Amino acid sequence: MGGYEPLYHALYELSSAAVIEEITKSGLRGRGGGGYPTGLKWATVAKMPGKQKYVICNADEGDPGAFMDRSVLESDPHRVLEGMAIAGYAIGANHGFIYVRAEYPLAIQRLTKAIQQAKKYGLLGSQIFESGFDFKIDIRIGAGAFVCGEETALIHSIEGGRGNPRPRPPYPAEVGLWGCPTLINNVETYANITPIIRKGAEWYSSIGTAGSKGTKVFALTGKVQHTGLVEVPMGTTLRQIVEEMGGGVAEGRVKAVQTGGPSGGCIPAVFFDTPVDYESLQQLGTMMGSGGMIVMDDATSMVEIAQFYMDFCRGESCGKCVPCRAGTVQLHEMLTKIVNHQATETDIEQMEALCQMVKEMSLCGLGQSAPNPVLSTLRYFKEEYLARLRPEVETFATAKD
Amino acid sequence: MSVKTLKIDGKDVAAEEGTMLLQAAQDAGIQIPTLCFLAGLTPAAACRMCLVEVEGSHKLLPACVTEVAEGMVVQTHTPKLQGFRRMNVELLFAEGNHVCAVCVANGNCELQDLAIALGMDHSRFPYRFPDRHVDISHDQFGIDHNRCVLCTRCVRVCDEIEGAHVWDVAQRGEHCFIVSGLHQPWGEVDACTSCGKCVDACPTGAIFRKGSTIGEKERDRAKLEFLVTAREKHQWTR
Ligand SMILES: Cc1cc2nc3c(=O)[nH]c(=O)nc-3n(C[C@H](O)[C@H](O)[C@H](O)COP(=O)(O)O)c2cc1C
Ligand code: SF4
Ligand code: SF4
Ligand code: FES
Repeated sequence: MGGYEPLYHALYELSSAAVIEEITKSGLRGRGGGGYPTGLKWATVAKMPGKQKYVICNADEGDPGAFMDRSVLESDPHRVLEGMAIAGYAIGANHGFIYVRAEYPLAIQRLTKAIQQAKKYGLLGSQIFESGFDFKIDIRIGAGAFVCGEETALIHSIEGGRGNPRPRPPYPAEVGLWGCPTLINNVETYANITPIIRKGAEWYSSIGTAGSKGTKVFALTGKVQHTGLVEVPMGTTLRQIVEEMGGGVAEGRVKAVQTGGPSGGCIPAVFFDTPVDYESLQQLGTMMGSGGMIVMDDATSMVEIAQFYMDFCRGESCGKCVPCRAGTVQLHEMLTKIVNHQATETDIEQMEALCQMVKEMSLCGLGQSAPNPVLSTLRYFKEEYLARLRPEVETFATAKD
Repeated sequence: MSVKTLKIDGKDVAAEEGTMLLQAAQDAGIQIPTLCFLAGLTPAAACRMCLVEVEGSHKLLPACVTEVAEGMVVQTHTPKLQGFRRMNVELLFAEGNHVCAVCVANGNCELQDLAIALGMDHSRFPYRFPDRHVDISHDQFGIDHNRCVLCTRCVRVCDEIEGAHVWDVAQRGEHCFIVSGLHQPWGEVDACTSCGKCVDACPTGAIFRKGSTIGEKERDRAKLEFLVTAREKHQWTR
């Protein structure tokens, strides 16, 4: 409905600065996990000197159980293309890339078709709507590494190199694709652009909480009765999402909800009246992430959940930096030891110390957040760890004669 | 060029704009531990040994890639940092097969030096004893993957200084290894000029000259420095 009208409106009735102003006023924050203010990011790239700039759409969606971006790409690819074109106009870029994972063949097919259609109608390519603005979009297909969702690794991958992260600063806004200032946003972030331009920042910012505006899509999975995607205004409580929309669990009680995937943590049911926004989730020791929400019931072992995510990070670590490459291996081994009733309390202490070290010393977000599922389950469900310790054995030292 | 003044471990330090903290500290007589850094090569910031605490930053910052800034207050050897560094070295020892007693680099190894400096005499993490191989197909040199810490100095020196790009990293995570050519035995890689720069760059005994026995590996670091100075400053000062 009204497709590409916002782009027309932006090109003919708004200056680049006015578009950025509108996005800033809307309060939109990045939907890729970090929640960085989108307007601020656009303004930074727009201010960078240099003729060549790029727009990248991050469609690598690698969190286990997440499929929000996929649904947008498969059902409404034009909306993402239009969001990217508006971004290009705002920051002064004429070339965009969508980095989409190879596991999404239908999304790739529909994006390819949508790009062809848009080109045919002059909505992409040169002189869009017969204005002076040119913008083309190319698709790049990722080979399925979770770490390639990290922005600097993603850029290396588009450049044809190994998908390894590099230290930031410099941020991609300054030094990005082929060394040029680059705007990188998530699929859902771009999908929010056209409604903001169409209906205005004021309308958009009337939805949500003080610090988190608009709506967010969650992929509700796990032990919940109704799994699937839900789009809710920011500030909706976890209880509403899990119990009302998700219908709770079939048997027993809901124990916790996992958000933020391998970078996030578990929220116990006692906190279900918490409104879902960036800050509240962070205070609970987890994060919004890209929108995965996994419901766990009484029968779920939190230690095994922690072990599962650590196994994931161990397998997805790029191997560049020592704390993540070798630390996730040791953490996973420690968790396995606990799961197998072979660990002592000292092992748990050592594991906590290593978690802190990996968190603070790793190079990129993957390693820095890999300990989160362990730390959060230790925070709320320590008794489950203790219950798994090695049964007291009589040793030479403790033996009474 | 403007000068920045900062405080490192309580010492007032002045450094040219654009200088990295690592260099500024070194000029002030403060040694920050490093492993992947090698002067003249693009920094990788991969080993994380050089992380320091900077006032006002909620994250630890790698001294090898963090520029000095006016008024910066830096701590390089706090108990927290030393504890983390020790764990980092333990992780490295547990990850590979580092048997100093039978290594060509014994007494001349940067990994060993780090362990000694940090008082690490054993790893609290269980040793993994990985199954890694040794490639001695090259006429003059060999690579023993058991001793590799994946610092990528060999990769960078070969690519950036020699321009041959014999080495790269294959696989990911714990399965990473340094690969020669198109995953060929080193001796079959035509691009290798046998210049030996990777031998000099390698911090451990992973890449060595054939024929050296225990403790015999010596490096000619001055050669690398000479090449870099010649290239960057056009000064031939040997
Ligand atoms: C290990 C790792 C994986 C990531 N994966 C994704 C991803 O799949 N999709 C995504 O949009 N952002 C991902 N990110 C976040 C991106 O680096 C980046 O912050 C984001 O794309 C910025 O977009 P936004 O501002 O619109 O959120 C990942 C970050 C890390 C550290
Ligand atoms: S934190 Fe992990 S994924 Fe990130 S650079 Fe280090 S090894 Fe690679
Ligand atoms: S072979 Fe030596 S220089 Fe190369 S990565 Fe391994 S330890 Fe570093
Ligand atoms: S020396 Fe700075 S990270 Fe390795």
